[in-house]
Amino acid sequence: MADKRTTVDDIVGELRSGMTIGIGGWGSRRKPMAVVRAICRSDLTDLTVVAYGGPDVGLLCATDKVRKVVCGFVTLDSIALDPHWRAARQHGRVEVMEVDEGMFFLGLQAASWRVPFLPTRAGLGSDVLTINPDLELVRSPYGADSPYLADPADADVELVAMPALHLDAAIVHTNRADAAGNGQVLSPDPFFDPLFLGAAERRFMTTETIVENGTLADEGHPLSTVPIHRMLVDGVAESQGGAHFTANPPDYGRDEKFQKEYAAAATDPAEWEAFASRFVFVGDDEYKAHVAERQA
Amino acid sequence: MSADSTPDIGVTRAESCVIACAEVWREAGEVMVSPFGTIPALGARLAKLTFSPDIVLTDGEAALMVGAPAIATRPADLVREANMPYRSVFDVVWSGRRNMMMMASQIDRTGNQNISAIGPHAKPKVQLVGVRGAPGNSVNHPTSYWVPDHTVRTFVEQVDVVSGVGYARAAAAGAGATRFHDVPRVVSNLGVFDFQTPDHTMRLRSYHPGVSVDEIEAATGFALTVPDDVAETRLPTPEELDLIRAVLDPGSLRDREVRT
Repeated sequence: MADKRTTVDDIVGELRSGMTIGIGGWGSRRKPMAVVRAICRSDLTDLTVVAYGGPDVGLLCATDKVRKVVCGFVTLDSIALDPHWRAARQHGRVEVMEVDEGMFFLGLQAASWRVPFLPTRAGLGSDVLTINPDLELVRSPYGADSPYLADPADADVELVAMPALHLDAAIVHTNRADAAGNGQVLSPDPFFDPLFLGAAERRFMTTETIVENGTLADEGHPLSTVPIHRMLVDGVAESQGGAHFTANPPDYGRDEKFQKEYAAAATDPAEWEAFASRFVFVGDDEYKAHVAERQA
Repeated sequence: MSADSTPDIGVTRAESCVIACAEVWREAGEVMVSPFGTIPALGARLAKLTFSPDIVLTDGEAALMVGAPAIATRPADLVREANMPYRSVFDVVWSGRRNMMMMASQIDRTGNQNISAIGPHAKPKVQLVGVRGAPGNSVNHPTSYWVPDHTVRTFVEQVDVVSGVGYARAAAAGAGATRFHDVPRVVSNLGVFDFQTPDHTMRLRSYHPGVSVDEIEAATGFALTVPDDVAETRLPTPEELDLIRAVLDPGSLRDREVRT
């Protein structure tokens, strides 16, 4: 069995400018922030970021790494709006493909299943179709005389054809993993992490702790806490605190105080410079030291 | 229909709003009720404890919750009955087993809601949270809206970015959009509204105690249908008032969302 252990820096070394990159988690929860910061301090540029957006999107926008964001929202959960994202949008610095969060899920599912689109009612009648003029409708081939038509109201019905969201790379963060690439989520919601990985060409996971293959179900954890199997993962990097400052229970909750400082740093360029020099444009060890200093 | 009709039991505006929200779910049945905002959350819990015992509430994370505990209950003290991660929420949404109340930064005459952006979407004047699940919710299951600050800036002739779909837009999109489309109510800090007019434009359903119809019309950026026999939002029963004040919200979080 392949040993897929790698490092955060090596993961970022596999990314290229212009790539479409999926980032797991949801809002300000279980985001692979160590990788996000490593992208911020790299020379990557012109990225398309696909995410249930949180501070990953805000940070990448604040450091000018992003050409386009594909999302249904960007939020910090306990702070409704990410001011870095807000500034990027209001200054017209970033394009957006804004879709319903269920359409987003179907886009990942379609890519993972290798079909070009999946049909849905979601989006019909809304401005999602006008702000994304390339989104198309599809007419059901099952008409009134079809033996497969369950309900006459659906004869020839027109639905949104949500296109597959193909990713060049995807990055997720988990509580535990093994060197083969199986990943464990010990909080109640795996979000859409397995689908991000399934939709991607190159698939990476960071994790709090790497344990021996076959031991993820030890300590009484049911195997249902392991939603990510090794066929979905090319590289796994141990990164303790790798989701800080987003929530990653049971290892740690959201660092609300830090998140407030992150949000406040959007208010003016000097604040941002001060914040970024301590918490963005530094290596992981230095980052952790600066975070610890604040708590002291 | 004026301030002096406020009853002696001292029902606050926030409490009238809670009652108005609870009434949205009177006939809901065994569906997942997803309330956004403090007052809709109180309304859903009140409905579950009184006239709609079958409704299903989430713990705000990834589970369905037993009972209807106080809104400030710590997550560790909640009792859960089933798993409900986001992936499964879409199964609920698209099967129609849901009845929700979203918030609206803008709501318009035909029931379109906006939570995406103010101004042009390409370069917004104000970036909001994003359309979230509003497009899909609104064409798959009953979706009502809560607006805690009713003004001409929130009740507008036409929203800037249609997130939740209103009646005219659903009709124009065809049967795929109209089949399960339903905007039962809009509740604001001033009154209750619905779309039970011949052309599905917004109608005043009731005004909250202490609010006048004139006040509501002045705070609305379009012509509102006002029935001749429009009534006051009903008062809470003594039992309901006790549940709100003593059981569900002893910390009066409701007054932070709507002041009397």
